[in-house]
Amino acid sequence: MSTTEQPRSRAEEEAPKADSGRGSARKRRRPRSSFLPYGMVLPAAVMELLIHIIPMLLGIYIAFLSLTQLTIRNWTSAPFVGLENFIRGLDPSGSLGGALFESLFRTVLYTALVVGLSWALGMAAAVALNSRFRGRGVLRTLFLVPYALPVYVAAIIWAFMFNQRDGMINRLLVEDLGLLDDRPFWLIGGNSFWVLVIVSIWRLWPFAFLMLLAALQSIPADMYEAAAIDGASTWKRFTGITLPMVRSANAVVLLVMGLWTFNEFNIPYLLFGDTSPEAARLISPLIYEHSFVNWNFGLGAAMSVLLLIVLIIASAVYVRMVLPKGRGND
Amino acid sequence: MTRETELVVKIPAKAVLSASTALGLVAALTACGSDEGSGGGDQTLTYWASNQGASVEEDKKVLKPALDRFTEETGIEVELEVIPWSELYNRILTAVSSGDGPDVLNIGNTWAASLQETGAFVPYEGADLEAVGGQGRFVETSFATGGAEGEAPTSVPLYGLSYALFYNPTMFEEAGIEEPPSTWEEFIDTANELTKDTDGDGEPDQYGFTMEAGSERQNSHFAHVLAQQYGGQLWNDGPNFTSQEVIDAVKMRVDMMAQENIVDTSNAEFSDGTQSIGDFVDGRAAMMMMQGSARTTLASRDFDNYEIAQIPMLDPLPGKPIQSHAAGINISVFNDTENKEGALQLVEHLTSPEEQVYLSQEFQTLPVATKAYDDEAMQTDSMQTFRTILTEHASPMPLIPEEGQMETVLGEQIAGLYSDAATGSEITEDDIRAAMEEAETQMDAAN
Repeated sequence: MSTTEQPRSRAEEEAPKADSGRGSARKRRRPRSSFLPYGMVLPAAVMELLIHIIPMLLGIYIAFLSLTQLTIRNWTSAPFVGLENFIRGLDPSGSLGGALFESLFRTVLYTALVVGLSWALGMAAAVALNSRFRGRGVLRTLFLVPYALPVYVAAIIWAFMFNQRDGMINRLLVEDLGLLDDRPFWLIGGNSFWVLVIVSIWRLWPFAFLMLLAALQSIPADMYEAAAIDGASTWKRFTGITLPMVRSANAVVLLVMGLWTFNEFNIPYLLFGDTSPEAARLISPLIYEHSFVNWNFGLGAAMSVLLLIVLIIASAVYVRMVLPKGRGND
Repeated sequence: MTRETELVVKIPAKAVLSASTALGLVAALTACGSDEGSGGGDQTLTYWASNQGASVEEDKKVLKPALDRFTEETGIEVELEVIPWSELYNRILTAVSSGDGPDVLNIGNTWAASLQETGAFVPYEGADLEAVGGQGRFVETSFATGGAEGEAPTSVPLYGLSYALFYNPTMFEEAGIEEPPSTWEEFIDTANELTKDTDGDGEPDQYGFTMEAGSERQNSHFAHVLAQQYGGQLWNDGPNFTSQEVIDAVKMRVDMMAQENIVDTSNAEFSDGTQSIGDFVDGRAAMMMMQGSARTTLASRDFDNYEIAQIPMLDPLPGKPIQSHAAGINISVFNDTENKEGALQLVEHLTSPEEQVYLSQEFQTLPVATKAYDDEAMQTDSMQTFRTILTEHASPMPLIPEEGQMETVLGEQIAGLYSDAATGSEITEDDIRAAMEEAETQMDAAN
């Protein structure tokens, strides 16, 4: 607390001096300086309002309109339909609502798999590369390549690789290794979900690796040495020292990865195009399909609002239950 | 905490914005939008052209002389923007919602009824229709695509297109086949003869036919064509996909992969409109059914070993002799233009017989002005075949505002059937009926 009191007392000390010396000039300048911080924040606040807040509120408003390609010309006067979009789009017994909830559950499964496996891979790699050995720098760089590559380039290359007839994956599995007799389809049918999971993990795990590696480096080496002297096994050191010490980092990494993955749009869009195969239809591409393929903006917006609510609730529960409460800053 | 708090808000907001970003930005920007799109003065028009050739740059080169001739005639400058198909509809809807669009623009003709409903385009009637040459100028089947039946069209045809059968004469000759098939029965027999194992590994590596089985558009177009041959139609005051004629139409084409094995199952992944052309060029397939514009892609791959024939028909024919939808690109004038007279003059110029001859040769499309067919350059066999299909055997896709959505929903269900067939499932008539019911339910629920 002393650090925050010092500047205040210094300012109080200076105040009488100012009055006695160039008093009038200081007095004129003071209100200007109190506006300065707000003035500096203002452009960012205005842009935030314009780019995030207003469109978000408009999106919520649109969920209550019958806004389609036919009513878009005077979209502000599109018919207000109350909860109709929500009833049609979110009724689990209806065609659209049924597809939405199916997609929602699929997205939950996809998120759990992608985040869980990405975290496990990232943690394993971070632990492995936390100790010194020759070639560590090269491996660290290599591991980050998927994260550094533009997702558009990477996903298109994966789509080529998973092509049924000419793709590298089938060539490897069928011709080179002889593991399969027939070339399976990867980008259509049931396998498309697993392709989505594989490509998403490939894309995401370097982020977990990077964040966890940074967290691991803050653990004092003394703790491992002391544990080793006490005879703790490698696994015991991992569960007794590493995991508790990176708990805060883990909590944040899992939240961020969870939100990104739940909203994933780029990878399915690039792998499958405008409409994903049913087995791999996640919620964001489904909302895109309603909004920009079928041009029913109201319905798409109602589904987006549902997604927003689900994520806010999940994030709030997670933040309350898992994230550290900030006692470390006291 | 700052980072995750921001994300909690930011990422869901992105999802919400999937439906509203364009609108929100439009709302924010409309007030400060420039006049760039609406003409920028009486003597400059803005024209959004669709991408017809191998690339946007290529199209600009083709269109420039035609637009220069317009400037010479009228003194009106044209600011041209060629827009890829993947972006065009989005751009048009943004322009419609903001009122800040071009003076003149191209549209896919299957969008005509939907865009007509927005009220954003000038109706071609009375003096405005005469200003672009009058109804008599245009090929009748193409003109019919300009908007909903019984209403003044808000677009007139610019480029005509139709499907046709492309076949490889060398493969036909090698198999001892003299004529292209004219009935579906002959087609299946011919395709079976052309499906071969040429390298002796026990698996066919040359197929009789190739198709874009994952393309929603192509699937819907052929459901429309074949349903009419069977005596039915896709739309009848509402979706009519579960009618026996539509089910028969879908079944016949799906069976080409599922039962007859004349189509490689890998075609179930083809959806971008070029992959089947690739198979045709590479000798992996002997026949394909594509629109005339496929000839630009074939030319870009230096492939000319092909002939054109009409699409086969049922024999006996219970329905109409339809072989293609009246495909093509239409041209509209934006209601918000500040120079309607000049905009109509530009439409008149581009649809004139002289320019139609030039444009159809460059873009491998069919002229939409009937007089253009008198030109010597139009007297080739392939042009005559395409002309016959377009003028005598084509009908527009249903002229309804829900047309785009219908193509997606129906085409997706058919693509799903191909996908099931390719992954080993047997496709029965009940499976097809179930898929058609699902498509109808989706259409009903969404509207």
